[in-house]
Amino acid sequence: MDFSQDHFALFDLPRRYAQDKSELERLYHEVLARVHPDKHAHLGDAQRRLAMQWATRVNEAYQTLRRPLSRAQYLLQLAGVDVEKARSMPAEFLMQQMEWRQAVAEMSEAGAVAELEKLHRRLKQEMEEQYKRLQSQLDAAGDASFHAAADTVRQLMFQEKLLGEIDDALEATEA
Amino acid sequence: MALLQISEPGESTAPHEHRFAVGIDLGTTNSLVATVRSGMSVVLSDELGRSLLPSVVCYGPQGVLSVGFEAQTHQAVDPKNTIVSVKRFMGRGVKDIAHIETMPYDFIEAEGMVRLRTVAGVKSPVEVSAEILKVLKARAEAALGGVLAGAVITVPAYFDDAQRQATKDAALLAGLNVLRLLNEPTAAAIAYGLDNAAEGIYAVYDLGGGTFDISILKLSKGIFEVLSTGGDSALGGDDFDHRVYCWIIEQADLQPLSHSDARLLLTRAREAKEYLTYHGEAPITVRLGSGEYVDVKLSTEKFSEITRTLVQKTLTPTKKALRDAGLSVAEVNGVVMVGGSTRMPQIQHAVGELFNQEPLNNLDPDKVVALGAATQANLLAGNRASNEDWLLLDVIPLSLGLETMGGLTEKIIPRNSTIPVARAQEFTTFKDGQTAMVIHVVQGERELIADCRSLARFELRGIPPMAAGAARIRVSFQVDADGLLSVSARELTSGHEARVEVKPSYGLSDDEIAGMLKEGFTHASEDAFRRALREAQVEAQRLLEATQTALAEDAGLLSMLERAHIDSCVARLQAVLVGDDRRAIDAAMATLNQATGEFAARRMNQSVRRALSGRKISEIQI
Ligand SMILES: Nc1ncnc2c1ncn2[C@@H]1O[C@H](COP(=O)(O)OP(=O)(O)OP(=O)(O)O)[C@@H](O)[C@H]1O
Ligand SMILES: [Mg+2]
Repeated sequence: MDFSQDHFALFDLPRRYAQDKSELERLYHEVLARVHPDKHAHLGDAQRRLAMQWATRVNEAYQTLRRPLSRAQYLLQLAGVDVEKARSMPAEFLMQQMEWRQAVAEMSEAGAVAELEKLHRRLKQEMEEQYKRLQSQLDAAGDASFHAAADTVRQLMFQEKLLGEIDDALEATEA
Repeated sequence: MALLQISEPGESTAPHEHRFAVGIDLGTTNSLVATVRSGMSVVLSDELGRSLLPSVVCYGPQGVLSVGFEAQTHQAVDPKNTIVSVKRFMGRGVKDIAHIETMPYDFIEAEGMVRLRTVAGVKSPVEVSAEILKVLKARAEAALGGVLAGAVITVPAYFDDAQRQATKDAALLAGLNVLRLLNEPTAAAIAYGLDNAAEGIYAVYDLGGGTFDISILKLSKGIFEVLSTGGDSALGGDDFDHRVYCWIIEQADLQPLSHSDARLLLTRAREAKEYLTYHGEAPITVRLGSGEYVDVKLSTEKFSEITRTLVQKTLTPTKKALRDAGLSVAEVNGVVMVGGSTRMPQIQHAVGELFNQEPLNNLDPDKVVALGAATQANLLAGNRASNEDWLLLDVIPLSLGLETMGGLTEKIIPRNSTIPVARAQEFTTFKDGQTAMVIHVVQGERELIADCRSLARFELRGIPPMAAGAARIRVSFQVDADGLLSVSARELTSGHEARVEVKPSYGLSDDEIAGMLKEGFTHASEDAFRRALREAQVEAQRLLEATQTALAEDAGLLSMLERAHIDSCVARLQAVLVGDDRRAIDAAMATLNQATGEFAARRMNQSVRRALSGRKISEIQI
């Protein structure tokens, strides 16, 4: 197994943000069907260990590439861009995030399901825009703007977290 | 159009000896063993034609041991030495066990897992479970007329690492070669999916005697993919019995009960519960040892009322599992019902209402898990034909993490990650000159360490003294295909290697298990030695066969020198195989395994390349 191979190369895919989800899934199943420990359970110890290492590696690659955010983070990592060190975030973005977080806490307190759902939809919509932006930033022919992409990724990390909080709040109102 | 055919690695192109493999459902209430015979999965029965083996073990006087129906008859007479529902104690401490005060056993608090004091001495739940497995193993060997190549043992999907490890240990103790630990709902999904050629999103709702699991799966041609799982490893029919039991005590205004009376009343409570599945009202009459006479009637309405919260307790994890899978109720194509407790009308009703569809009950809820496990065992033993091959992707049910400063949990591997999975994270020292670090591994979803299950605590020593925050300690988690965890830690800054590797163990150390196994041997007859030898021979035969297949397919991947080395190791193993020196066979197997390691790696690489280029081949018409 070649550990220096990146996740895209592992599946013989082009190194870019835009990916065909179902093709990626198909390749994942195709490769995993060969290396999964279940296929080697009747063989010797050495081969079983090898199968576990391979399958672990294939799972990691698929999980990283499957989700748009982690795929983008991974592309930036390959390009040597440290997302953590991205430039500071726009003040208005931070303000809005703070307001929304506050709103989620209040709605959750009041058990305002409809409002939580509305916020959920709005946030999702904004994030879709962000992901579109990400694609043009990462895949632009010639000069991909990795630093701009890193900013978008950082914002999306916040937004994904907030989305998770809304989900948790909705779950709590149900119980 | 003809497509190129590429065989799987290790799949023999030549017919080979059929390997006997079984699936075992080690249940809280009932256990079963099944196998694949002429392509059909069948449950194996005892000499009286009974397929279920009650999971009851009785340590009788004068060292008489009984298991199953026989043991069940001792329940009320000798409750202290008749162990029922031992599965609820697997990998559990005294404080984890619900209603422990009403149980007749003499519990001993021990590190990792409780022990039970019986007339036959102190027993660990692992040993008790092993007795059940031994009976099933003997049943299978008698039916199949040969040595077992291996077994797939099922566990509740929601079992944590401690409970899984305990189950595997019990199987080892029973002398079984564990091919895989398989999640019960996944086993049911295999049986259901294959039988019905089901495709789409399925939920498996499994409520047995002691555990509840819910798994959401995506079934597509040849692939069983678990998307999420949830449950409660201490919720099942036993708890419904307990509610009825408490209700009877209250109704009949009974004095505190003796252990035998309590056991008797619990049995009556269970009978009433099962009766109510088919009738509107259950009469409960019993004469207790205390002389008191109980005569009450339990109606369906009352029963539903006193167990409503239990039903509710299954719905919360069900909704959570759906959410974790990112799915809505409308996207679920079918709900497969598994486990004896799903016969209760109020369960059928609640599940139907939640999913907005009639649950699927066309499989025997008692047997489906064992049947699915048998099919998987057959596949893992290498008895598959290429057209009946499938891929099973399962997940871990609970997040795995580490304790960080302030008693907080840092998640390393989130729940519902597809296994096998590995993840590493770096940590640093807190104090100047710190040379050791405690690594505390936990499992669970909560923020506070105290609310999670502690799996292992170990120390990494020999960190060179540095300023606080300068050391870099890399902690790696690996979860294998059985869902079992191993952890290693390494200090990275210095060249000096400080490293530890642990496999969390609960109550029973590897040495203890080895000791118990050895004890079994010294007490056993010449027979046992012959058996062990025969087992080693079967294993060696398997290895030789696999090696021959590999050489026949891919000799081109080896240099002449490498080939000669492997050939000589093969010859060596063949030579000792005919003798009766078990150690020599083991040693020759180890040498051959080592000699073929690099070859196996190259074959794997080639296989992956072929998988990827497969799409190109399939696009070209030949
Ligand atoms: N007709 C029935 N009505 C209600 N409950 C029933 C009925 N038949 C069986 N049960 C209950 O089903 C439970 C046993 O189910 P099953 O054999 O599926 O459990 P198990 O596999 O031993 O347990 P687990 O899967 O939790 O380890 C018992 O609690 C039993 O009382
Ligand atoms: Mg069961």
